[in-house]
Amino acid sequence: MANKPKVATCSLAGCFGCHMSLLDIDDRILKLVELVEFDRSPINDIKRIEGRCAIGIIEGGCCTEDNVHVLEHFREHCDVLVSTGDCATMGGIPALRNTIPLRECLEEAYLKGPSVYNPSGRLPGDPEIPLMLDKVYPCHEVVKIDYHLPGCPPSADAIWETLVALLSGKPLSLPYGLIKYD
Amino acid sequence: MSAQDAAKLSFTIDGKEVKAEPGQTILQAAALAGIYIPHLCAMKGLSPWGSCRVCTVLVNGKPQAACTMPVAEGMIVENDTAELKDLRSSIVEMLFVEGNHFCMFCEKSGNCELQAMGYRLGMLQPRHDYMFPTRQVDASHPDVMLDHNRCILCARCIRASKELDGKNVFQFIHRGAHKRIGVDAAGGAGGTNLAVTDKAAEACPVGCIVKKRVGFAVPIGQRLYDTKPIGSHIEAGRAAKE
Ligand code: SF4
Ligand code: SF4
Ligand code: SF4
Repeated sequence: MANKPKVATCSLAGCFGCHMSLLDIDDRILKLVELVEFDRSPINDIKRIEGRCAIGIIEGGCCTEDNVHVLEHFREHCDVLVSTGDCATMGGIPALRNTIPLRECLEEAYLKGPSVYNPSGRLPGDPEIPLMLDKVYPCHEVVKIDYHLPGCPPSADAIWETLVALLSGKPLSLPYGLIKYD
Repeated sequence: MSAQDAAKLSFTIDGKEVKAEPGQTILQAAALAGIYIPHLCAMKGLSPWGSCRVCTVLVNGKPQAACTMPVAEGMIVENDTAELKDLRSSIVEMLFVEGNHFCMFCEKSGNCELQAMGYRLGMLQPRHDYMFPTRQVDASHPDVMLDHNRCILCARCIRASKELDGKNVFQFIHRGAHKRIGVDAAGGAGGTNLAVTDKAAEACPVGCIVKKRVGFAVPIGQRLYDTKPIGSHIEAGRAAKE
């Protein structure tokens, strides 16, 4: 079908748990591929968004420069962005570092930690490695986000309800029990 | 009409007539009438405090804290309106961003009144930016832990310690944005006479004061607010039997 709306997904500073939860919609995934076509996503390994997307599903917050670039790329090419999971909506587990200065985090990880073996005594500085931001930012503090779906991860039902509402143009109202912060 | 009914005064909440005894607060009278007014710092058995403002209602058109405002004959109270819901949500959202609330690993999750209030009010995302403040954890007590990252400064522990336990374990220290719960000993809660059986160790609505070695005992799906919103027991008319 030529006119199926496109959906793109990405994992920024996340653990892929939210993508696992998306796959957890079980056999509804067959219905989903009837309704939409997947553009860039870790599921198909397409790296750049190829056409205009109706929905962009963002897992993870922004921890590095690269996360910001990917998020901006999604904002540019998607009509609607959904922050999916606590990492995207509030920083999540990676944001635990936000109360510790970045240098201290890096020194603990690469120089001072009890199990560190690093004879060069240097912090990684290869240009191939994305530069870390001073702290982890929830997505909506970087670009405009249209919908928020908290949870770690949000349940498959919550993701499904959201996608169905967005694809059918109905207002999104999650029943009690589908809004979770844990 | 019985003599007792005659002694009662009457007012309305969202157009529904409510009978009350003089001296009751709006919050108390509403609960006994099966009407839930969302609240966090108010707790049954403790003196009214009026600091969190989640229980804000309109009394004859003016915003008032239902937990401290006494009932009066003929007053017109608005509670369940879109505007008040939004105001309450904005307060809850502020409480989320000014602390560090990582619900995904908090032992209070599922039984937490702040989280449950977010669920009930349909909060998907605070409208304010997260502050990620630096807060301390006090694990010095053998049986109780204090994680200040999750404190919402409701003073329930202060009141419970004083009014119910006859102790003075907790007090506020510092002011404004630096306000914290302090304990009555230099080295942390471990130096106080706080006992794990104290009412103060039960009074915390969030995961700031938690008992050690009992976390995560109840499986997900069976916790207090997993399937039923906070306030359901009041709306089911069970407040009077408590
Ligand atoms: S929200 Fe939870 S499940 Fe989703 S990416 Fe973050 S840590 Fe993983
Ligand atoms: S105290 Fe409540 S809101 Fe805060 S992290 Fe724990 S469960 Fe979440
Ligand atoms: S420790 Fe708990 S009970 Fe005490 S003020 Fe903080 S949130 Fe309230």
